[in-house]
Amino acid sequence: MAEKLHFSLVSPERELFAGLVDQVDAPGAEGDFGVLAGHGPFMTTLKEGPVTVHNDGKTTVYNVRGGFADVTPAGLTVLAEHAVEAV
Amino acid sequence: MASLKEMRNRIGSVKATQKITKALQMVAAAKLRRSQDAAQNARPYAERMAAVIANLASGVSGEGAPKLLVGTGSDKRHLIVVATSDRGLAGGFNSSIVRAARERINRLRNEGKDVQILTVGRKARDQLRRMGNAAGAFEAGANPSLAVAEEVSLKVRELFETGQVDVVTLFFSRFKSVISQTPVGVQLIPAEVRAGSTPVDLKGASYEYEPDEETILETLLPRNITTQILSAMLENQAGFYASQMTAMDNATRNAGDMIASLTLQYNRSRQAQITKELIEIISGAEAL
Repeated sequence: MAEKLHFSLVSPERELFAGLVDQVDAPGAEGDFGVLAGHGPFMTTLKEGPVTVHNDGKTTVYNVRGGFADVTPAGLTVLAEHAVEAV
Repeated sequence: MASLKEMRNRIGSVKATQKITKALQMVAAAKLRRSQDAAQNARPYAERMAAVIANLASGVSGEGAPKLLVGTGSDKRHLIVVATSDRGLAGGFNSSIVRAARERINRLRNEGKDVQILTVGRKARDQLRRMGNAAGAFEAGANPSLAVAEEVSLKVRELFETGQVDVVTLFFSRFKSVISQTPVGVQLIPAEVRAGSTPVDLKGASYEYEPDEETILETLLPRNITTQILSAMLENQAGFYASQMTAMDNATRNAGDMIASLTLQYNRSRQAQITKELIEIISGAEAL
């Protein structure tokens, strides 16, 4: 996978993640969705659930409650009301 | 001329004051770093939020647009939200916010507008009590939290949705650096779409929304108000400690100067008294 997706996860308290990743799966209000590099412009509200970040064969999971996902050609931004890294 | 005993007491009391201001300064310095980080960490969220709203706002207009974005169409009734700290001893920090807010309130009232005041922080409440027409008062709390911001935001939205206010402006102090904080007024409702923030270049593709634009905006706008209030409180907190640190540093230095001049004065009068006593003894001995 040559091309990478710029992903940032921010909550009101801080920026939890910002960087290049392979793929992000997020719980959209109308169904879970995955975002790869080059995804079309897309915006949705999020329901409570895990946001999974895939990078170099490793996955990191964040639990997110209430928020938005905004996909632009510049990348994916998740604005979450509450977000914590799952252990 | 004060007696030597009085002067000794005076010096002692200034020394005690200096110890307190010194301690406060160090506490403020320690807390400043933490609150500065908190303010900086909160910035990305607020910025992204503003960008997303700017993006959405360019798409919706006309009848269906949410009131929080376009306003009620009137600007007769204003709500001024003033955020300060709960505590003082920070130089002109709170006063400068209140002054900026008061100028705006007076100007609006002179224009015949109806102005209500909502305060966040004890200092704002105390200093604006005489302006009347208080819509409510909140305490800022020891640390800015989402919970408090949410409460304030709910109150603001309630006033707006029940048709009591048309325009809402938030006053707080923007933290520029440790030595510079400026009071600013930011319009919350109708949402101010940041000038100069151009919609993201979509390279020909069109945005897809889930559910739809209006629904997203309707959940996003109230959240944006909360975010702006929270970031105002965080900036205030950082500014407050910076301001307190500077004020207490000055106070410590002033106390030092005062101790030096009092000690000099004390030593002079002590010396003068010794000289006087010597003269008395010598002239007494000569008279024999």
